[in-house]
Amino acid sequence: MHVFADDPDDHESAPAAAAVPAKLGRAIVLTSGKGGVGKTTTTANLGHALAMRGASVALVDADVGLRNLDIVLGLESRVRYHLLDVLEEKVSLEDALVRDKHNDKLVLLAAAQTREKDEVDTDKMCALIEQLRERFDYVLIDCPAGIEMGFRNAVVGAQEAIVVCTPEISAVRDVDRVIGLLGNRFRPQLIVNRLRPQMVKKGKMLSVEDVNAILRLPLLGVIADEPEIIVTTNRGEPIALRREGATAAAYHAIAARLAGEDVAAPTVETKESFMEKLGGFFGGRK
Amino acid sequence: MIEFLKRIFGPPGSSSTAKERLRLVLMSDHLSLAPEMVEAMKRDFIDVIAKYVEVDRDKIEISFEQQDRALAMLANVPILAVNRHNEAPKKPEPAQTPLPRRKRRRKSATAATPQAEPAPAT
Repeated sequence: MHVFADDPDDHESAPAAAAVPAKLGRAIVLTSGKGGVGKTTTTANLGHALAMRGASVALVDADVGLRNLDIVLGLESRVRYHLLDVLEEKVSLEDALVRDKHNDKLVLLAAAQTREKDEVDTDKMCALIEQLRERFDYVLIDCPAGIEMGFRNAVVGAQEAIVVCTPEISAVRDVDRVIGLLGNRFRPQLIVNRLRPQMVKKGKMLSVEDVNAILRLPLLGVIADEPEIIVTTNRGEPIALRREGATAAAYHAIAARLAGEDVAAPTVETKESFMEKLGGFFGGRK
Repeated sequence: MIEFLKRIFGPPGSSSTAKERLRLVLMSDHLSLAPEMVEAMKRDFIDVIAKYVEVDRDKIEISFEQQDRALAMLANVPILAVNRHNEAPKKPEPAQTPLPRRKRRRKSATAATPQAEPAPAT
């Protein structure tokens, strides 16, 4: 685990007022169009994986009205204020950021649960993301499903996009649409989520290649459909926190790739299924 | 057991079905045309070619293909005979000698330049 270059741990210091144009962090939106493909889980795990590399990371739940990122991170009891409180200047950004229990490099800005997506002011959202970029190496924005106002507000402050797609017709179709909407500005990269290598082998599931033959995006990572993810979500402890196991490794590889490291190509279906078998073997003995 | 037999003797995995359905659905998404409109377009396309040259309607193949996120229409039209006394057809459009095979490209998001395909000997 290495420390991520500049701005070690001084993000306690000057917030927005810091006029010195220090190097801004990267604001990345995680989107998919379709709901239920694992955007929130991916955001939580990627956030942890980046923070474990030593980067400072802010996670923003842009799913106003249906907030879930706090649950997946196990931070629901700590959330006092939310995104709209900050946008409406009811509380300071500092007061609304919830520090993670496992890693103090990671903070969450939760969504409002009892408000609606079109209550978000697009310009203010943009300014808020900019403000976060001044303080964090990474700002990951968990985009709501759909392609309406909520999507637009989630995307507006980002410079990059990660699209999360499962190997299903409906998900691929929706991602295809989202890519069209994003245009070239966000240089979208692809994470194929919930892949079942065994099913792919039997010809019962679209492969990563099948999916990307249509989407044609740089492949950032492949995450297997891992039942343990359900367990980790039950506990509010993202799987990336574990230092071993194929799924945790896959998230850490994505984080490394995102940080610009030259990590081996992620198209390792057979390898993954082998690892899965290993995992099953050892898991069975426990 | 039945499931097992189905798997052995049945058609190959459902992923190929998924691929084909996905291809079709994206085709009509990108064209913003319903599948039956695509069929109508194919028919009209063949009719236009047939106005100029005699074509073998049974052997015409028209397909759509994804090319770098743009959609291309590929048509393979075997020509039986070229109409010698090639006066202008009924409609007044300037008659361009049609190639036996032509490739068209419909835009999806960005305008793409059409690629000329060398005419094969049919």
